[in-house]
Amino acid sequence: MTTPIMGAPAAGCAACPIHNVANLLKLGVTMDNWNFVVALAGNPNTGKSTVFNALTGLRQHTGNWPGKTVTRAEGGFEYRGHRYKLVDLPGTYSLLAASPDEEAARDFILFGRPDVTLVVVDATRIERNLNLVLQVLEITDRVVVCLNLMDEARRHGLEVDDRTLARELGVPVIPASARYRQGLDEILGAVSDVATGRFVCKPRRIQNEPPELKRAVAELTARIEEAFPGLPNSRWVALRLLDGDEHIIQAMRQGDLGELGTAGPTEPASTGVVTGEGGR
Amino acid sequence: MSTSRDAHVEEILTTARTLRSQLGTDFHEQLVEAVYATAARITDRAVIKPGEKARLTLDRTIDRLVTSRLWGFPIMFLLFAVMFWLTISGANVPSAMIAWLLIDTIYPLLREGAAAIGLPWWLWGLVIDGMYLGTAWVLSVMLPPMAIFFPMFTLLEDFGYLPRVAFNLDWLFKKAGAHGKQAMTTMMGFGCNAAGVIATRIIDSPRERMIAILTNNFALCNGRWPTQILIATLFIGSLVPAYFAGLASAMAVVGVASLGVVLTFVLAWALSRTVLRGQVSTFSLELPPYRPPRILQTLYTSVIDRTLLVLWRAVVWALPAGALIWLTANIHIGGPSIAEHLIALLNPVGFFVGLNGVILLAYILAIPANEIVIPTVLMLTVLATGATGVGEGAGVMFELDDTKALIELLRSGGWTLLTGINLMLFSLIHNPCSTTIYTIYKETGSAKWTAVASLMPVALGFAVTFLVAVVWRAVAG
Repeated sequence: MTTPIMGAPAAGCAACPIHNVANLLKLGVTMDNWNFVVALAGNPNTGKSTVFNALTGLRQHTGNWPGKTVTRAEGGFEYRGHRYKLVDLPGTYSLLAASPDEEAARDFILFGRPDVTLVVVDATRIERNLNLVLQVLEITDRVVVCLNLMDEARRHGLEVDDRTLARELGVPVIPASARYRQGLDEILGAVSDVATGRFVCKPRRIQNEPPELKRAVAELTARIEEAFPGLPNSRWVALRLLDGDEHIIQAMRQGDLGELGTAGPTEPASTGVVTGEGGR
Repeated sequence: MSTSRDAHVEEILTTARTLRSQLGTDFHEQLVEAVYATAARITDRAVIKPGEKARLTLDRTIDRLVTSRLWGFPIMFLLFAVMFWLTISGANVPSAMIAWLLIDTIYPLLREGAAAIGLPWWLWGLVIDGMYLGTAWVLSVMLPPMAIFFPMFTLLEDFGYLPRVAFNLDWLFKKAGAHGKQAMTTMMGFGCNAAGVIATRIIDSPRERMIAILTNNFALCNGRWPTQILIATLFIGSLVPAYFAGLASAMAVVGVASLGVVLTFVLAWALSRTVLRGQVSTFSLELPPYRPPRILQTLYTSVIDRTLLVLWRAVVWALPAGALIWLTANIHIGGPSIAEHLIALLNPVGFFVGLNGVILLAYILAIPANEIVIPTVLMLTVLATGATGVGEGAGVMFELDDTKALIELLRSGGWTLLTGINLMLFSLIHNPCSTTIYTIYKETGSAKWTAVASLMPVALGFAVTFLVAVVWRAVAG
């Protein structure tokens, strides 16, 4: 399956990073005094909270996702003159099922359109963790993978080649041991590169689908792109519609999805800079 | 602009629906498999795992065996058979010890003490013969199997086997329109239905959780195994030559338990196509690596969280039940006791469904705990037949160790093979005990669904026993 080649974000991106204030506000995130918003995703037990605490220090507070009983932590950090807000998503194994946790995580990545999604991966269980990474990459291009627990991986005699991984996934992969504060600077650098558009991700899409599935996805994706040109994740939306995802069907009917594309009637023209062809 | 977009949206949704119907129902699985395959390929390229090889191969070998199409189910049945056998046979000794302490030792002391300080007979009868003895029965019959079953269950969970069972059973539950995780709650139900109902919290979808709650009763709980085993030994075991007796009665009990599982699927199927209609939700099931269980911690948490909690609720209900049983047997209205009046009243109904008034009354009186059904049946039979020389007196629950004396007593109460078989069926298919009913109410917060959960099984039980009785009488003449 070939995917549309992603255009580079416009050069002005660094100057106008908050592109999506209204949707973020709906999701309970205020962006006053912040330049970028970063979502923190990952499987449970990957040291996600350790990464969160290491990056934000004491500048954090907790609350609930709007309308859900799922808790959420928020914090922030400053790096190279920009202020980043970090939103901790619930730990999930996947974004495909309908548990409240997965819904909250998925909604934030889809509708909140974070400038960067930092996915924390357990280096000792890469295969299982990649399932989530691949699903995140279907929704957003702007991903940095933090390969956490590298110390444990070494202890187990595992050799993880982060450069191969980065090449395969098409996004920055940073080895780290958040517990020992190793790799934090590199994570900040990669997040900043992706947020400011200095690094452009070319993410890998899920492959290996049976041919008839591939055909159905291609047909539906084409239709969606026709109706919503510039929608950054039309392929993913097609997959969700084929799966009969009521939530996405509703979002489509109410126009929430359309807003995400540059052609969406309610969105100012300057917001198309994030990802996808809209940026060209 | 907006209307043309709306038209676009509807067109897209129609296309999606058409494509979906062409793709068939396993779309979600295909998609998940594609994700997994991609993840596996990338991992193969990027990770070298020399140290993990040995352990991983062992894990994979076990997995291939316990989740295989051919061996998965036999291994599962075998494991659970061993677990039940350990529970049933292992519980005998501590049960006998608790019974010796509470019933053979403390009970006579209490009676003597009561006589010595000159309490009126009705007071010590109500408190000691009724409330104390009823609770003592529940404790001695219920505590040991629960203290054995729950830790074993938790150890299997800890080891990592239970997720594999859910994996094996998932497609069956899915076919029935229920959630795959119901495999877990059903198995918990074999230990105790109240615990099984609490365990349904793991099911996210309210619809599928309700199905799991409503059908949990058909997992034959610990409190009902003694009834099954005793009646099977008395009536089924005696049908075959002595050396087959043990096997035949064991098969009969396993047969009843399996019937419960079949009923679970049938009812889940029926419910999900009528009152609880909706989509089956898919879930990702993580098959964790096999780990050596943490034995001490498991013992501690399962005793505190599961055994004691469930036991406490049972005791709370056994106290008033013991009092009630004693009162019905000792309050006389115009000669016969209330119990005898009720037995006479229930006898025609009992005959109708191949049971008798004694059994029905025992089930009404023993709603608080299934454990006291058999002691109550015996006590009421003695009361109704006027047999002498057995038991402790009117309204006093007891059990007989001597099989011959027991079957003589029951035969004199008019029991036949049909009564035995129908009692086994009714013991499987009747209302949940009051502990479970109370738990269902607490978990669902709905009086309506609690009523459905309580009354549906009784109605079904009467229907099944009635049918069996009709067919039996037609065939046997």
